[in-house]
Amino acid sequence: MKHTISVLVNNRPGVLARTAGLFARRGFNIDSLAVSTTQDPNVSRMTIVVEGPDQVLEQISKQLYKLLDVIKVLDHQDESVVTRELALIKVDAEPGVRGEIMQTVAIFRANIVDVSDRTFTIEVTGGADKIDALMTLLGKYGIREMMRTGRIVLSRGARTA
Amino acid sequence: MTQQRAHDSGKKQASPQETGPREKVGAAVKMIGARALMECLRCEGVEVVFGYPGGQVLPIYDELYDVKDIRHILVRHEQGAAHAADGYARASGRVGVCLATSGPGATNLVTGIANAYMDSVPIVAITGQVPTFAIGKDSFQEVDITGITMPITKHNYLITKASDIPRTLKEAFYIARTGRPGPVLIDFPRDMQTAEIDFQYPDKVDLPAYRPTTTGHPKMIERAADLINSAQRPLIYGGGGVNSADAQAELVALAEKIDASVTMTLLGKGGFPEDHELYLGMPGMHGTAYANYALHQADVVLALGTRFDDRVTGKLDMFARNAKFIHIDIDPAEIGKNVAPALPIVGDVKYVLGELAEKVSKARHPEWRKTIEEWKKQYPMTWKGDGLKPQFIVQQIQKATKGKAIIVTEVGQNQMWAAQWYRCERTRQFISSGGLGTMGYGLPAAIGAQVACPDQVVWDIAGDGSIQMNIQEMATAVAEKIPVKVAVLNNGYLGMVRQWQTLFFKNRLSFTDINVGTPDFVKLVEAYGGVGLRVTSEEGVMPAIRKAMAIKDRPCLIDFIVARDENVMPMVPAGGTVDDMLVD
Repeated sequence: MKHTISVLVNNRPGVLARTAGLFARRGFNIDSLAVSTTQDPNVSRMTIVVEGPDQVLEQISKQLYKLLDVIKVLDHQDESVVTRELALIKVDAEPGVRGEIMQTVAIFRANIVDVSDRTFTIEVTGGADKIDALMTLLGKYGIREMMRTGRIVLSRGARTA
Repeated sequence: MTQQRAHDSGKKQASPQETGPREKVGAAVKMIGARALMECLRCEGVEVVFGYPGGQVLPIYDELYDVKDIRHILVRHEQGAAHAADGYARASGRVGVCLATSGPGATNLVTGIANAYMDSVPIVAITGQVPTFAIGKDSFQEVDITGITMPITKHNYLITKASDIPRTLKEAFYIARTGRPGPVLIDFPRDMQTAEIDFQYPDKVDLPAYRPTTTGHPKMIERAADLINSAQRPLIYGGGGVNSADAQAELVALAEKIDASVTMTLLGKGGFPEDHELYLGMPGMHGTAYANYALHQADVVLALGTRFDDRVTGKLDMFARNAKFIHIDIDPAEIGKNVAPALPIVGDVKYVLGELAEKVSKARHPEWRKTIEEWKKQYPMTWKGDGLKPQFIVQQIQKATKGKAIIVTEVGQNQMWAAQWYRCERTRQFISSGGLGTMGYGLPAAIGAQVACPDQVVWDIAGDGSIQMNIQEMATAVAEKIPVKVAVLNNGYLGMVRQWQTLFFKNRLSFTDINVGTPDFVKLVEAYGGVGLRVTSEEGVMPAIRKAMAIKDRPCLIDFIVARDENVMPMVPAGGTVDDMLVD
């Protein structure tokens, strides 16, 4: 079962290593990880996507709380959330297919952010499914290089972590 | 000897969670970082530091040279410093302090820190580090010790601003002793030791994300009382948390009120008086048969400050399978880690037991007690055969010390025989490396315990294998006139591994016979300046023990040449159940 976890931590050196290291030590592979500061510059927020049984995840959450720099751990399992990822995709764009690619990009409300005589670089944001779908469609032209950010998540509505 | 006064001041110690350090807060004074460290240690009431000097702690050692109210004990290997601080902490209930230089000094502490982490022992380890401008350049004796110790410390610090020194020390001691105790490491770059700061010790810590729960949830305590009241066959299973919370009195009161028998783990030993009629000995792999049977038949098990370690439970889903668990622990992460309790209570064992004892009804369970008594008669702890037996030796030490000595152990068969045959009466009396199982722990930990409790008799029950892993600390004991007594149960084997090879590997004794090459311990100890004795027969045991007990100014080691092939029994093989138990 995939879990998306938000971890609020003190914005201090070494906190990322402590947090990520804990997942590795308890046998969890991190699928994706995004970190940034928050509205409070002393606090960073990590969004971590992991896969594992619920019970083991509960243990991870308790172990996270034992780290001195961890303020809050939130598993977004049962709530409505806004989820976004961003991807940059460098795709082969020979003259004959450029129009086709541009139409696909438009449908996905993505942007072409760099152009060369052979390639487009496309920026897309959205949920994981949307990015997966665009990648599949672009695959037939030949993806030269791509990079996805980790997932970031906020609860819907007025609720905060 | 200043330590003695603090420890024996006659005032009953509060739970370590509440025991604050001596506060000393005044106006800021200018001083260098190394001196500020001394001031911090004073403010924390530290009276002894176990350490070893080196290049990156020279300014600290220069300060120690003048300090009269903090005793520095020079060990002979940094691992000894960490274990001694650990033994000191376990014996006294205070935070132990060890000090080492950067690089190899720091890495030599690692085993000792891991040991303290596994057994939840409060120590503060201070390491020198190359100057901040040299960090990350693979400088001479540079190692990333905060990185290395991340998974084996409760928390660690690298000081990068000299003005952070007082706050860091304040936090380190606070974190080490509160909540579930544990080791904290402070990495102290050399330029931080010489930088000048305005010293002022903070009067409180500011750690918003660190708030251990000590009082259990009242509703849950109420429900636990109901469950206990409904029990027909209650049993108490206590661990190290009972000792670190100093909860013996509360435990005895509860057990007597509800008429529940008590089994204590290796780390829990002493948390319940062992001559009490409700006591069942140790559970688990080398526990008593009756403790294991009782666990198997109990309907309600009250698990106190314990983590359902695999050496206790064997096959987890068969452990106490007829019982509902009430699990009381100060660490929320222990609840549900190995077993799902019917009733979890996060809190300090001493506090929760006190509350529980008031809420439960007085009960008697004559049938259940009778069943247990029958198991005791049917499967008594015993040994068979001729020759000088290790069990007999431990029993004689018990007799000679009237069960009052502090018993420290190495790791292996010696440890299990000590646990099975020395009956402790009080908390902090039995000191052993449980979680990590560190061979070489005993001698330095015994030194630490003796320093903490100079008026007590301290015995290290050892094997011929593990005593050699930190034998160099004999020099420390001689130099500091620390009269620890070492009983080497010398069978010429790495006995516990040999036992497993005998039982589970067709007696193929692969590299466990260490007879050839083992030194003459009597001569060795005499070479250090201690006293060495050798015993080869039962008649020789008591006179040698008495001779050792009379020595007050140096260490004494007795080399007991014991029956070689003795096994520790009973034994539940690893991952087994009570049905797999071997009794002889």
